[in-house]
Amino acid sequence: MSNSGLKDIIKGFKCFGLAVFLAWTDIRQRYRRSTLGPFWISISTAVMLGCIGVIFGGIFKSPIQEFLPFLACGLIIWGFISQCLTEATQVFPSSEAVIKQLPLPLFIYVLRMVTRNIYIFCHNLILIPIVLLIVQRPVGLNGLFFFPGMILLVVNITWISLLIGIICARYRDMAQIVISLLQVCFYVTPIIWMPSLLPERTSAMILGPNPVYHLLEVVRAPLMDQMPTLQNFLFCTFLALFGWLATMFLFDKYRNRIVYWL
Amino acid sequence: MTNIQLKNVSVDIPIFNSQGRSLKKKILGAATGGRIGLTESGKTIVRSLNQLNLKIDPHERIGLIGHNGAGKSTLLRVLGGVYVPTSGNALINGRVTSLIDISLGIDPESTGRENIFIRAALLGLPRKQVLEEMDNIIEFTQLGEFIDMPLRTYSTGMHMRLAFAVSTMVTPEILLMDEWLSVGDKEFQERAEERLNGLIAKANILVLASHSRQLIEKCCTRVIWLEHGNVVMDEKPESVCKNYFG
Repeated sequence: MSNSGLKDIIKGFKCFGLAVFLAWTDIRQRYRRSTLGPFWISISTAVMLGCIGVIFGGIFKSPIQEFLPFLACGLIIWGFISQCLTEATQVFPSSEAVIKQLPLPLFIYVLRMVTRNIYIFCHNLILIPIVLLIVQRPVGLNGLFFFPGMILLVVNITWISLLIGIICARYRDMAQIVISLLQVCFYVTPIIWMPSLLPERTSAMILGPNPVYHLLEVVRAPLMDQMPTLQNFLFCTFLALFGWLATMFLFDKYRNRIVYWL
Repeated sequence: MTNIQLKNVSVDIPIFNSQGRSLKKKILGAATGGRIGLTESGKTIVRSLNQLNLKIDPHERIGLIGHNGAGKSTLLRVLGGVYVPTSGNALINGRVTSLIDISLGIDPESTGRENIFIRAALLGLPRKQVLEEMDNIIEFTQLGEFIDMPLRTYSTGMHMRLAFAVSTMVTPEILLMDEWLSVGDKEFQERAEERLNGLIAKANILVLASHSRQLIEKCCTRVIWLEHGNVVMDEKPESVCKNYFG
């Protein structure tokens, strides 16, 4: 029974092509229902961006050239994180029919979900150059940190999704808990407010231990032409290591039970 | 070598009601020493297979019989690698194909052709092979122009014909079936029969669960009679059928 989780994940990566293919079918389906497809999400993000940008920019009296790109990057990355974690609550139950018939590795359902959301994320990313153009803000070399940042984010999101998927397969009320927690995360993380608005001590207290802040920052800072701090990178790396270890422990133990829970 | 060996295989299936599904109830129950929250444990365990020992050699054609709830489908799922036994060991050597639910993974928004690719991908067939066999499949299903229409425009019969054709594309080593697949109108049934017989002939091991005496006697070389997760009889078709069907 031991190592079943590890074997599952290795087999899952071997079937990576299948996961990508299925994710792509999901996206294609969205395009089929409407010509704009996933761009509908970009549009709704853009509308939200406009509203929050004007109102909160006014409330906080932030300079629009600084605030709007900050908000755009934050909202789009947050959209990716929260969408993944929300869908993770249903990642196994929604594929019940396939899971109960084909002995495919369970990890591919997580891979499929994350890949699908990366596709959608890429659709939304188009808004960022538009915003930068509007506020006339140049992009610099620090933008290159986007790539390692994105890798760290995805690696972390993957284990969190798998963990949530396992727990939610067993305890169905967990889904509501996850969704409420996400809501809290949205407010305690600097997405619609800028950390520079807080007094320095409060800022360190709220931001230091907030994993969502660090995950967001390693991707957002490069897009804002800033370098993420070493603390951001270290936090995300250790989060990935410990998170994967803990999840593997749980997955090893319960991999074979998940199908009975569905 | 293709073979199947089950040693002391037991499968316990937990059945949860809303109580057992709730984390809140569980925490509340633990925090209050079981006084609040856990009115009933909310978890019932059903033993679907009980200490099963089974050895299936190459070229065997196994029939599974037994009343509803005897454990036939559970056994098929163990053989398919979906259920890992709660205790005991299941050794399955060979590529397993299960034709238990053939409409699996079918997406109503995609066209027939796309669905063939999706299904084939799930079954692990290489894209090249699908492209080679595409014309064959389209011809077999007689869908004609409909193959490039979304699946939701199909009639039930057309839907089943497509599902059947795609599911039988594989060359199985171990073939699992829950009842004989019979789809479509009379004419299609005959061709489906032919294709299924061809598939069975190619398969190294067949395990077929059925309630039909005629079918079992026609296809199988050995019959296993399950009842409440236990093997009642495991012999030649004639003797088991005589006892079971009377």
